[in-house]
Amino acid sequence: MFKIVQAEWLAPKVRRLMVEAPRVARRHQPGHFVIVRVHEEGERIPLTIADSDAGHGTITLIVQVVGATTERLCGLEAGEGISNVAGPLGRPTDIEYVGHAVLVGGGVGTAVIYPQAAALREVGNRVTAVIGGRSREYVILEAELAQCCDDVFPCTDDGSYGYHGFVTGWLKDLIDDTGDVGLVLTAGPVPMMRAVAEVTRPHGIRTIASLNPIMVDGTGMCGGCRVTVDGQMKFACVDGPEFDAHTVDFAGLTDRLTTYRNQEQLAWNRLHETALGDHSRGAHCQMSGLEAAAPV
Amino acid sequence: MPALKPSERMKIPRQRMPEREADERRTAFIEVNRGYTSQAAVTESMRCLQCKDAKCIAGCPVGIDIPAFVDAIARDDLPAAADILFADNVLPGITGRVCPQETQCEEVCVRAKKGDPVGIGYLERYVADWAREHRRELFDPPPPSGRRVAIVGSGPGGLTCAGELSKRGHAVTVFEALHRPGGVLVYGIPEFRLPNAIVDAEVETLRRRGVEIVTDVIIGQTYTIRELMRTEGFDAVFIANGAGLPIFQGIPGENLKGVYSANEFLTRVNLMGAYRGEESDTPVLTSTRTVVCGGGNTAMDAVRTSRRLGADPATLVYRRSRREMPARAEEVKHAEEEGVVFEVLCNPVEILADENGWVRATRCIRMELGEPDASGRRRPVPIPGSEFDIPCQIFIQAIGTRANPLLTQTTPGLNTNKWGNIIVDENNMTSIPGVFAGGDIVRGGATVILAMGDGKRAAAAIDAYLRNGE
Repeated sequence: MFKIVQAEWLAPKVRRLMVEAPRVARRHQPGHFVIVRVHEEGERIPLTIADSDAGHGTITLIVQVVGATTERLCGLEAGEGISNVAGPLGRPTDIEYVGHAVLVGGGVGTAVIYPQAAALREVGNRVTAVIGGRSREYVILEAELAQCCDDVFPCTDDGSYGYHGFVTGWLKDLIDDTGDVGLVLTAGPVPMMRAVAEVTRPHGIRTIASLNPIMVDGTGMCGGCRVTVDGQMKFACVDGPEFDAHTVDFAGLTDRLTTYRNQEQLAWNRLHETALGDHSRGAHCQMSGLEAAAPV
Repeated sequence: MPALKPSERMKIPRQRMPEREADERRTAFIEVNRGYTSQAAVTESMRCLQCKDAKCIAGCPVGIDIPAFVDAIARDDLPAAADILFADNVLPGITGRVCPQETQCEEVCVRAKKGDPVGIGYLERYVADWAREHRRELFDPPPPSGRRVAIVGSGPGGLTCAGELSKRGHAVTVFEALHRPGGVLVYGIPEFRLPNAIVDAEVETLRRRGVEIVTDVIIGQTYTIRELMRTEGFDAVFIANGAGLPIFQGIPGENLKGVYSANEFLTRVNLMGAYRGEESDTPVLTSTRTVVCGGGNTAMDAVRTSRRLGADPATLVYRRSRREMPARAEEVKHAEEEGVVFEVLCNPVEILADENGWVRATRCIRMELGEPDASGRRRPVPIPGSEFDIPCQIFIQAIGTRANPLLTQTTPGLNTNKWGNIIVDENNMTSIPGVFAGGDIVRGGATVILAMGDGKRAAAAIDAYLRNGE
């Protein structure tokens, strides 16, 4: 059992969990993820490690409710436990000096870029974060990023906060205005990452996307997380999860993420008919249209 | 009971393994083989001629003293039979179910020269099942050696090595990447062939002997081999992290929705319990029509599992002929009885999609056998223009695995071959002193019992290394 030492809501349906996992914490580098199993009959899901504290033996996970498993996970309080946390998994982010690095995070994808930002700053880069959300309340980690970035630009789809529009709109202007962007790292919903890749492509800026396919074991054994990159089959868990965004087949990734949509809806319905039939948690709302069962 | 004369023993026919009816098991995950009754076991054991130069022992990768344990059954002394069996094999309930005895101990049984060999595997299973039901006493712990060994992976190779080392007094810690010990025994081999409860019981026996098992630790990621040796205080390491990444054919359509590797499909069903439906949170796609590509035991497991999940037809596509299939004869027979359709001399060339990106059919090409290839088997050659489509909603690729890079790429100085498999010497030691390896990470895809043989050999070598410092 892996104990939760702190739990708080960061945004509607977005929860920050600090979990005791000393073996994972001591080896965590930006880009790493863990496989989590909430309870004894739970499925295994990948979650990016948003932060770690080797001294205290904790890691931080930022989880959005997109289906039954993430709803269960987000329903846990400090003092409760998660059955299994295995990791760190995946290849860490390549951290090198490029001059000016821009990180583009959407929704809970912002959790992926946070540790990258700190590491890129540490090796002397100018670091800019562009973070997006549907509206003000969905923009997360702005204060944390401000501590390790030169600039943080929030963007909202509805204009309720920061730049009114998609992160790609701001990114386009940023590239044109500064002319020195040497690297773009992006994490978030697939359509956003795909759009980021299209913005940087004409400029030839190296762009890395952190992918979020469906996984089971997370160690290369099942091959469920295969994605097409530069025409080759890659396994996100051992070859990634970060790939050159200009060569990723985002359409294929999007399609595979819908594989279990029916089963996920049924699981969601079952959860809401039974134990968690609690109106305060939005019991009768529809399952989120985001990539269910594949949280970033 | 007076000893039987060899001529009397020769007259006894081989006792059949009672099986569940094919109709019953077509939809059930309950074990197919029911196990010998005590009467059948005693009768079968009397068929053994008690050869002085028993070929069966050499035919067994872990060298079980087969005539001795079989004789103990004949004398109805099951405690003695269990002692003999466990002395050579720490996982007999598992090997009694999944070993290919027909190519090992039973193949060289003298009785196979004229008729049926002794049912050694069935007898092994009988004794192991008896011991699981009736024996709870702790083993006499050997004096502690004061040395610590880390084992990477809790599959058959790792568990065997752990058991053998603990018998010799070494403190053993097994690191398992998944949340449950057993490796391929729990994620791969289905419930109807090897119930997970049997694996749990044999793992529990090892724990009672003092073997520590730590789950959720991926060596190469959570700890490196160097850390195990330098900072975590282990004196030796045995790497048995198993087969690795599933191989795909590289044909169009393999990323469609409805395409699985056998590993993923079986893991969802077995390890994650998707066969129990809503009780498990892990989903698995089910369909009316499934195609499985491959001819090994994993392919048989996948096709028989999909049959149980409702596939009709469940079709197995294999590029060579029935004779070349590497699967065990018993698995092929069971699959046939359960209504699996065999399309042999036939190879997928493309997986076809419907308008929404779901699998709708497998396009195959007919094959014929040409000249023998490097494996000695006749090479299958496509027949031009013979393409045809098999309608299906699920396609499962079961053509093998390649080495997992997670551990090897973070272990400088560990020599691997061009396929990424770890190179070992005759004692299973790698290029790093004190680091040993065995099972599929060394052999590529092999069997449970060969991994166990490696585990046993490595345990003896590790013991010598720890005692002599060599």
